[in-house]
Amino acid sequence: MRELTMAQALNEALREAMREDARVFVMGEDIALHGGIFTVTKGLLDEFGPERVRNTPISESAIVGAAVGAALTGMRPVAELQYLDFAGIAMDPLVNQMAKLRFMSGGQATVPLVIRAQQGAGRGNAAQHSQSLEAWFFHVPGLVVVQPATPADAKGLLKSAITCEDPVLFIEHKMLYNSKGPVPEEPYTIPLGKANVVRPGKDATVIATAQMLGRALQAADTLAEGGLDIEVVDPRTLFPLDLDALLTSAARTHRVVVVHEAVTRGGIGAEIASRITEQIFDELDGPVARVGSLEVPVPYNPKLEQAMMPQAADIVAAVRRVCYTGAGAR
Amino acid sequence: MSDVPATLSTAQRLDAFRTMVRIRAFEEKAIELYQKRLVHGTVHATIGQEASAVGITLALRRDDYVTSTHRGHGHCIAKGARIDRMFAELLARRDGYCKGLGGSMHIADFEIGMLGANGIVGAGTTIATGAGLSIRLRGTDQVAVTFFGDGAANQGALHEACNMAAVWKLPVLFVCENNQYALSTPTRDSIGGGSIAGRAQAYGMPGLRVDGQDLDAVFTAAAGAVARARRGDGPSLLEIHTYRYQGHNTGDPMRYRTREEVETWKQRDPIALTRKILADEGSATEAARIAAAAAVEVSAAVEWALQSPELTAAEMVEYVYATPGLHPDLGRRVRVFEEGN
Repeated sequence: MRELTMAQALNEALREAMREDARVFVMGEDIALHGGIFTVTKGLLDEFGPERVRNTPISESAIVGAAVGAALTGMRPVAELQYLDFAGIAMDPLVNQMAKLRFMSGGQATVPLVIRAQQGAGRGNAAQHSQSLEAWFFHVPGLVVVQPATPADAKGLLKSAITCEDPVLFIEHKMLYNSKGPVPEEPYTIPLGKANVVRPGKDATVIATAQMLGRALQAADTLAEGGLDIEVVDPRTLFPLDLDALLTSAARTHRVVVVHEAVTRGGIGAEIASRITEQIFDELDGPVARVGSLEVPVPYNPKLEQAMMPQAADIVAAVRRVCYTGAGAR
Repeated sequence: MSDVPATLSTAQRLDAFRTMVRIRAFEEKAIELYQKRLVHGTVHATIGQEASAVGITLALRRDDYVTSTHRGHGHCIAKGARIDRMFAELLARRDGYCKGLGGSMHIADFEIGMLGANGIVGAGTTIATGAGLSIRLRGTDQVAVTFFGDGAANQGALHEACNMAAVWKLPVLFVCENNQYALSTPTRDSIGGGSIAGRAQAYGMPGLRVDGQDLDAVFTAAAGAVARARRGDGPSLLEIHTYRYQGHNTGDPMRYRTREEVETWKQRDPIALTRKILADEGSATEAARIAAAAAVEVSAAVEWALQSPELTAAEMVEYVYATPGLHPDLGRRVRVFEEGN
């Protein structure tokens, strides 16, 4: 199969969606001629023109608010927040408007829009351009939250997000845009709310998102050398969360580690650990472990930036802890 | 479209009078229902400001869009919403516009382009800008009107919306209802430069200060701005000077203004002024008939609304997402909750 970068795969998804449905348009800062700062919208201006590939002023609140207004009145906007860190400026339209309008209007409003944004550390962008904020939005009823980790998933999930009747926050990772992977030539979609067992295994389950998926797979290779057979599962969408898939895996391996780049405190790992513990406590050989970033703002210093984030070695250590301590072997 | 200022015919003025009277009757009843503890939460009355909602919407078509504010009853009724369903919403019943899930601050009727009142000051302005963008992309000649108050004039969202609508020449009408107070804060303490209409110049759009107690003045200003937007010449900003006789909401002690000030504004009541013109035009009897009919309509509407049942928790959870089955877990938890009670 051909290989694409994640940026190319996302570009292809946008191009296909815009060809398939004239209601789809893209808007955001520097997305037209410039093609977006990570080239995701490169070339769309040439094919679709400036009405449907729309550069905006630096006005995050109006970008999201206008996307909401357009979605309410028959369009399917795909709006880009250049960094998810800038969501702070758009928090009202994201949380009070797009997430709630359907409910508050008693089901009258349909808000079929996608907000694309990228997040994450590893690029030396320091504390205001590197956060992992998915838990903020995971917490809000009314939103769909997607977090792809591979080029193929990114394309298929974005296609599904654009046809979804509900507002989707589509969270990309800046360090994955240049990562390559196989992507089918023919159009396809990946349903929202379906986890992916990326690597099957029997001794422990590692649930990992975005940039952490690669590190979890590295950790699994290392652990395999020591005779531990690790299952690695990527939820792919945080809401709806494919809890059944996570429970199935956890019930088979009896040991679970959840890994994300966001700081551990209040992260989605806490929710996943609770759900697993509440529902299949008797199946577990020990507590569900969490691996997340240190609870500090993302530092500029490159060594410290990596030091705050989970590394493959941290995941290895966490898996060993859950495998060799606690309730012991079954 | 000609640029001759639009004026109201007697028939239009009678219609407008009817709408203003219905808005006031609705709100007086809503306050009464609140005082009887039948309406809970809060009610923000627009009494005294009716000529703004009615004068602006007179210049609109059914397929034009409106976004509104926490003080939105007048905009809803003027755009054509049914007052019985509005009462049902205030009374938290299933026949309410939002099935009792939204209440006074969130009434919407998408069938008539009423995209919703809004509880967040200034939020409707960017949504209307998006409706304007949608109009542009779909190639229709609709317009989008966003009502906001003097309080919202100081929100960053309004600046972003005005600028975006201006650079894209969108068919958006920004209507500031300056009722002199943002809750308790007078405009003299909050409006830098002193004029909201004056800010329009910086965006390169027309900005007009309008006497909000004068129905004809509001209509004429609105008709001009709407015609401009329909022609594709872009947005305008109207600053409608008006006054609310009630407090910010039910329960406001109103320590920030004098009784004399309220009485002075009441001398120029928009409904009384319109009624006088109608009398001068020989329609006094018709005006009296309209006023009596509004009271009857309101009473019947409340009776109808009170018959409406409430939504159940199991039904409520169906309105979070449009996609069927997106959150099945929620339904399971409701059943547990109901069994637990």
